[in-house]
Amino acid sequence: MFSSRRRALPLAAAVVLALSPVALAADPSAAPQVAATGAGTVTINNFEFQPPLVTVAPGTTVTWINRDEEPHTVLSADGGATFKSPALDTDDKFAFTFDKPGTYKYFCSLHRHMVGTIVVK
Amino acid sequence: MNTRRGFMQCLAWAGSGVVWTMTGGVPRALNLGDAALAAPSGGFSFVQISDTHMGFKAEANPDPNATLQAALDKIAGLPVKPAMMIHTGDVTHLSKPAEFDTAEQLIKGAKLDTHFIPGEHDVIGDDGKLYFERFGATGAAPGGWYSFDQNGVHFVGLVNVIGFGPASGGTLGKDQLAWLETDLKGRSASMPVVVMAHIPLWPIYPQWGWTTADADQAFVLLKPFGSVTVLNGHIHQVVQKVEGKITFQTAMSTAFPQPAAGAAPNPGPMKVPADKLKTLLGLREITYAPAAGLKLADQTLA
Repeated sequence: MFSSRRRALPLAAAVVLALSPVALAADPSAAPQVAATGAGTVTINNFEFQPPLVTVAPGTTVTWINRDEEPHTVLSADGGATFKSPALDTDDKFAFTFDKPGTYKYFCSLHRHMVGTIVVK
Repeated sequence: MNTRRGFMQCLAWAGSGVVWTMTGGVPRALNLGDAALAAPSGGFSFVQISDTHMGFKAEANPDPNATLQAALDKIAGLPVKPAMMIHTGDVTHLSKPAEFDTAEQLIKGAKLDTHFIPGEHDVIGDDGKLYFERFGATGAAPGGWYSFDQNGVHFVGLVNVIGFGPASGGTLGKDQLAWLETDLKGRSASMPVVVMAHIPLWPIYPQWGWTTADADQAFVLLKPFGSVTVLNGHIHQVVQKVEGKITFQTAMSTAFPQPAAGAAPNPGPMKVPADKLKTLLGLREITYAPAAGLKLADQTLA
């Protein structure tokens, strides 16, 4: 029960570290686009991924944070082959870095009607 | 089974099918003390528990261990000892080793042969590796699904919570459907079949994922059988439906209630006053006798 919560802190730190080099190395024309859309963060709230569609530049780390009382997961639509979170309890985070351009659909394996998309371009 | 016995069972099943149609529902009693359930002449009884969610700790039930124990105590107090128990999934809340430990310890206390199928909460992050190590059936297919016979009834345990993409509900997959076809092939159509699966095998409320995308293909395979009883969990409340020779039943949870389909903004745990909680949690006893068929009795923990 508590292990995922313990994991959340080092993960959050890792996200900050991962994001910093990206911000520094990013093409100047790409950086404002990422910042303008608030990209890189998906909030899980009331059984929805918000926003449901996020567009980021290659190399961006996207972080999901669960603000529901219910646990959720984040799995790529290929059954979790590309990315798969552990159970995210309340306030737990999961991060994945999208290196390759493409459209990545994902869902919550606990509530399969919850779906979202990350577009990397 | 000799031919005559098979023939008699076939008659019995045709008979109970008529009764179910006439009453417009499933024979179902609310009290386990019901005389019809207490003495299964030549048959047997078993119990179903579901959605025990070991590790759940939110306001909807601060102590799911105690409510599971209360369910097991009710089972221990039944007038006729059940031949076995089935658990229709979501044994744990977050697939954690300690949660599996607690479940195993408590359920072992019932001293009943117990058959499990996984829920989506049991297979988080590892496609069920921990779950199958503990609760996987002996002789199960590589995907975890299995079947066995008990006193002339064929039981099928399906897995509809692993892998695949967003399907707005459960998925069986072509490997499992192929296995089911082989499993059912050559069986007498007069043999009652009980199908267990965690997520409902009929579309109760697809908007909340309360359905199984490819269940229709399973029912094509089950169509020849004179009696099919589907036992599901997942939605933490009793919903039933009769369709021809197939009866569908979801079960109560022992951990926390969920809202009726569409009755809340989301299907999350339903918070109720403490004194009301036990009226919404429960278990089910199923009694089978060749002459009477299967009878289901849901009982709350109140």
